[in-house]
Amino acid sequence: MEINAGETVVLLGRSGSGKTTLLRLINRLLSPQKGAVLVQDRATTDWDPIALRRGIGYVIQEGGLFPHFTVAENIALVPTLENWDQRRTSKRVRELLELVGLDPAQFADRRPNQLSGGQRQRIGVARALAADPPILLMDEPFGALDPVTRAEMQREFADIARRLGKTIVFVTHDLREARRLATRIVLLQSGRIVASSAPDEFLRIDHPEVRAFAATLDSTPAGQFQPAQTPGAPGDRA
Amino acid sequence: MSRWQFFVAHRSDIFQATLTHLTLVSISMLVAIAIAVPLGMFVVQRPTLRSIALGIASVLQTIPSLALFGFLIPIPFIGGIGTRTAIVALVLYALLPILRNTYVGLTNIDPAVLQAAEAMGMTENQILWRVRLPLALSVILAGIRTSTIITIGVATIAAAIGAGGLGTFIFRGVAMVSDAVILAGAIPAALLAILADGLLALLERRLKVT
Repeated sequence: MEINAGETVVLLGRSGSGKTTLLRLINRLLSPQKGAVLVQDRATTDWDPIALRRGIGYVIQEGGLFPHFTVAENIALVPTLENWDQRRTSKRVRELLELVGLDPAQFADRRPNQLSGGQRQRIGVARALAADPPILLMDEPFGALDPVTRAEMQREFADIARRLGKTIVFVTHDLREARRLATRIVLLQSGRIVASSAPDEFLRIDHPEVRAFAATLDSTPAGQFQPAQTPGAPGDRA
Repeated sequence: MSRWQFFVAHRSDIFQATLTHLTLVSISMLVAIAIAVPLGMFVVQRPTLRSIALGIASVLQTIPSLALFGFLIPIPFIGGIGTRTAIVALVLYALLPILRNTYVGLTNIDPAVLQAAEAMGMTENQILWRVRLPLALSVILAGIRTSTIITIGVATIAAAIGAGGLGTFIFRGVAMVSDAVILAGAIPAALLAILADGLLALLERRLKVT
């Protein structure tokens, strides 16, 4: 499998299908037992793991924010590790807070426990983008949000992703989310890639696991689903 | 002589003994913290060393305190009669709760936070000092609090090997079968323990990160 610069690849699959494992192979939280993962044409095992990870943003469910840091300190994590000077760091923090739609004056000094789930997730995205890494890994980042906030975040994030032109690898088990964000959907089952296509063509693939996921879009029984522009449009035929 | 009269008549002796007691406890606690916290930080990623360290600290804690003081008397350099031996015994006694809480505090951290730290490219050392340690402080302090209270109590036995402190009154009172004399040592020791408990609990709440 190859991921090109600027793509938003969504890894889709059930729990345990290997999507998170694949994601963690990219920033070497895991090392491959055989074969190799190349990042910028270099095997992850040849990279210094610290240097590799500082060049890759990482967002997880619930944000994984540091509870003892303020919002600004959380966002400034990688710039601080990279010894940016104060002025450059605080300028970057302001930019990022604005990018994710939070007022810097109001939020910079708060602690994560004073934020809503959606706000925490925004900070998680801002933190991942802080040192402007070319690659962004996202592990079900919006999984713990309520459906309304979730849809909001997906819309905004799709917009940010388009503007910044990052290479994004996004893990989800939600086909709707995959269709909203992906330039390519990769479906995994028991550790194997079973389908890989543009979101428009994904539902036309004739594979039982694709049909199983298609069936989650509405109440239409699997196999009868018609590729439609508006998700959920085909009604109940029973 | 009533208990109160005894107390009033010997107030300067009692005050002196309280100060000696406080000094014994403070020095012992500082040494114990200086050993147990770094040790806990060191063994947190090293499972074999961790079981050895916790094992030794647990065994030390099971030795009856009077016996521990006795064992130390014949040992050269750290042993003998007096304050130094008492401090060694008190330190050995205070290690376990601090060591255990340091280890638990450093380990019991939201896995999402640790994963994020690692994935953002923090080194093991940066994670230990900037993430684990600040988040573990209140738990470590809870261990220090437990240890302090134990040490204030055990330090009364230090009088048996000539280290002074409030235990002097207790031992003398037992020998004289006089509860007035026993209470002159026991009441200040209890008050010290209550005071230390309250102050450290306050500090602990302040350090807690939610």
